[in-house]
Amino acid sequence: MVSRTTDDYEKLALAGCEILCEPAFWAGFDRSSADGFYDYFRQLTEYEPKRAARFGIRHYSWLCINPKEADDPGFAREVMGLIPQFLDQPTVLGIGEIGLNKNTRNELAIFEEHVQLAVDHDLPILIHTPHLEDKLKGTRLILDALAGFSKLDRGKVIVDHVEEHTISHVLDAGYWAGMTLYPESKCSPNRAIDMLEIYGSERLWMNSACDWGISDPLAVPKCALEMKRRLHTAADIHQVIYENPKKFLSQSPKFIA
Amino acid sequence: MPSKQQLLDLQFIDTRHKLIDLAAFLDRMDRHPGEEDYRLQALRKALPLLLEDRPDRARAVLESFSDTSTELPQTALFQGASGAALL
Repeated sequence: MVSRTTDDYEKLALAGCEILCEPAFWAGFDRSSADGFYDYFRQLTEYEPKRAARFGIRHYSWLCINPKEADDPGFAREVMGLIPQFLDQPTVLGIGEIGLNKNTRNELAIFEEHVQLAVDHDLPILIHTPHLEDKLKGTRLILDALAGFSKLDRGKVIVDHVEEHTISHVLDAGYWAGMTLYPESKCSPNRAIDMLEIYGSERLWMNSACDWGISDPLAVPKCALEMKRRLHTAADIHQVIYENPKKFLSQSPKFIA
Repeated sequence: MPSKQQLLDLQFIDTRHKLIDLAAFLDRMDRHPGEEDYRLQALRKALPLLLEDRPDRARAVLESFSDTSTELPQTALFQGASGAALL
């Protein structure tokens, strides 16, 4: 987790975390060259797996240029040209987190090019939906764009950061949906549990936001505790925090649970 | 599934706390000088949704804060999200 200290890996291990996957995302600032991404992809595929392994955690990653920096198409395509050389790395699961940020035509074009890259290499896709007021419009745009890919296996796509106003759009279209837990401003554990109760857990997982903002790597185990307080069975909790991610991620032959 | 009584035992104090925090925020807005903007207007617009008799109030509140425009700019006019759509 490039934005996290080694202490956080230790805390995750103590909480029972066995495996984590980390998407390529925004670094908190815009990088000035494609070389910066080359180093970042090396960090994700070489360094972070070793750092996690010190605590018995297997680390996997997703590669892309994130939607925010993808608003410069020339720059984005230069970065995308680096990705194929990393796809054979043993811990790279797929393409992500691609998607939209401010719902621009530039972002949408690069999103579609990433999807094509994933389809060409038969890779799973992790999709970021925009935050706050941009989420609903962005989710609709993403689903409309995905519908144009006739060879896309919808079961290999997870649309992340869903909330109450977007989850049914994603599930009804046949994709997996991810609920990203935050300590503030976005989806809380109790709201995620509400969505589990309403929509079932068949194609749902939850993840901890572990970015440069206020976020908590232990959000998933804390949500599991909240599920227990709300009388969810141990089997149901295990299904959503372990079996579901395992089922989706096992679609990559590199993933070993 | 827990009963209403069990959920109240678990979550009433926390929800009460959040509601009072919201009330205090609105009081603070009234007390302080300056002009309000689209964010406070969006908040006021969402509040009546809480009292509607419907099973999806959270969804309705999220939709009320959402950008409903249909045009797509070529590039981002600004970065970041404020939580409410510009009017």
